[in-house]
Amino acid sequence: MDINLKHIIIRRTKLSFIYVLLSIVALTCVFPLLWMLGSSLKTQSTVFSDPSLIPASPEWNNYYLAWTKGEFGVYFLNSVFYTTAVVFGIIIISSLAAYGFSRLKFPGSNILFHMFLAAMMIPLPGSFVPLYVLVNNIRKVLLEFLTAISPFLIKIFPAHFVQQSIAFIQHQAFPRTAYVFCMINVGLSLSIYILKTFFDKMPGALEDAARIDGCNKLGIWRHVALPLARPALAVITIFNALNVWNEYILAQLILSSKETMPLQRGLIVFQGMHVTDYPLLMAGMTMTAIPIIIIYLIFQKHIIKGITAGAVVG
Amino acid sequence: MNGKLKSTLINYLFVLPAVLIFAIFYIYPFLKVFQLSMVEWDGILPTMQFIGLDNFKEIMQDKIWWDSMWHAGYITLIALTFQNGLALLLALVCDREIKGRNFFRVLFFVPPILSEVVVGLVWQWILDGNYGILNNLLSSIGLHSLVHNWLSDPKTALTCIAIVHSWKGFGWGFIIMLAGLQTIPRQLYEAARVDGAGSWQMFSKVTLPLMIPVFSMVVILTILGSMQVFVLIIAMVGQGLVYHTTVPVLRILGAMTGSSRFGYACAQGIIFGLILIIISFTQKKFSEKIKQA
Repeated sequence: MDINLKHIIIRRTKLSFIYVLLSIVALTCVFPLLWMLGSSLKTQSTVFSDPSLIPASPEWNNYYLAWTKGEFGVYFLNSVFYTTAVVFGIIIISSLAAYGFSRLKFPGSNILFHMFLAAMMIPLPGSFVPLYVLVNNIRKVLLEFLTAISPFLIKIFPAHFVQQSIAFIQHQAFPRTAYVFCMINVGLSLSIYILKTFFDKMPGALEDAARIDGCNKLGIWRHVALPLARPALAVITIFNALNVWNEYILAQLILSSKETMPLQRGLIVFQGMHVTDYPLLMAGMTMTAIPIIIIYLIFQKHIIKGITAGAVVG
Repeated sequence: MNGKLKSTLINYLFVLPAVLIFAIFYIYPFLKVFQLSMVEWDGILPTMQFIGLDNFKEIMQDKIWWDSMWHAGYITLIALTFQNGLALLLALVCDREIKGRNFFRVLFFVPPILSEVVVGLVWQWILDGNYGILNNLLSSIGLHSLVHNWLSDPKTALTCIAIVHSWKGFGWGFIIMLAGLQTIPRQLYEAARVDGAGSWQMFSKVTLPLMIPVFSMVVILTILGSMQVFVLIIAMVGQGLVYHTTVPVLRILGAMTGSSRFGYACAQGIIFGLILIIISFTQKKFSEKIKQA
């Protein structure tokens, strides 16, 4: 009886110790975010003096100001654009390639697939330097080409329209396209790996049936493989979306004008210009973090699956 | 015969877009680094001056470069011990029957999904010398002597960065190690308990040997991730070349955007890449040896 009681007490103490530890760590995980949220609702004068987590009279107007005056509206829409474009591109390109590597026969398929695998394992610190050089070179060639053909275009179209189009390509279309392709490349290898593993395990009976019905290879990919791969596609979508939304350095090097910047870059630019405007900065950061947190809470199972898959290859 | 050739060509079309993007945005830059590492080039002029291995010789004597390597090593050391120690402790605790395990797991993985920019800026605001909540807190509980400018004092800046980096990263190790722990069959623990093993013995004789592949993976990921950290540092102390918190990738970025020395930046990238490959290779050999022993 006595020993039993002692046992229970030790067990209880141990257990409460564990809960205290877990709660403290959990608290440090959310406190900075709550502090960010709280600071975004204070005014320029109370943000330095009011230590409360949630201010008595929240300044919701900060979000309107951040969106318009702070230009976070532009950055936000840019981030949405880049994330959508890159994820869409990766899904199409990686599923085509993974299906090819898994199901179709052609010489060199093994070597090519292992090239993608190797790319995931070789660390390339500072790979942004040659990428920047590459993008710059393409820009130069493109500009030379555009200036060379502009005299002909002016004969067909109004001059100001030609100039505007060239300016648009130079400042908007080109940097955006270049950034999207760079980011597609970043996510490509892991996505191909995940999808190929999935296709390898997929039974071939349905594809055979589709083939007998007269479906060609592209049709089988579109109507059989893609719908079946939905769970793997979900992992790829979420994983790449997080990656693009959070990317910073290529955005800094490739997207130099404010009209094309995504949120992460916009935050650093805003902080550089308005060093002490904490409420608006915190509002901008909340706008950056909230979509990610919502997506995470909805799809946390997929996200964790993607991480374990990524870790297994790495 | 003709039909077969056509079929093979169509098969190639499936992988063509991926291979093209890979060739342009991965292989070409990969090779370009080696070419550029042997020139002196400002990134603008069409002419490059070939200088052979001079960039590499210069790196050998570049004290700031090697100091930056030590800084990254220091961050990595803290990540390996503090971050992974915490991750392991929490994973072990969550491996048993705990109420609300999923709740804690969801919360622990919030910092890793946030961007380095957001994490860096939030912590910069918390650690701010004049208005930061940390200093406020310290002075309100009477520890005035501890109040100081955490991120501009060279003595504390790097440690603060390393701790924030660990805060952001421990969720990764936690998730991977918890997944690893849950693959260990429960019967093994039961058998050990029947044989009279205590908690420590169960950990060292059952858990530890089975977890070596997982630990090895977490260690490699931690080293590669921590050695290459830099966006967090930009967000916390700024883009400028702050000497006491600079790391190799920031030196590469600085050589490129700051001093317009593209060749030198590429040479630094090659040296750093080689060092990382050597570290992860050694680590792999090392953990294989432990496994055999």
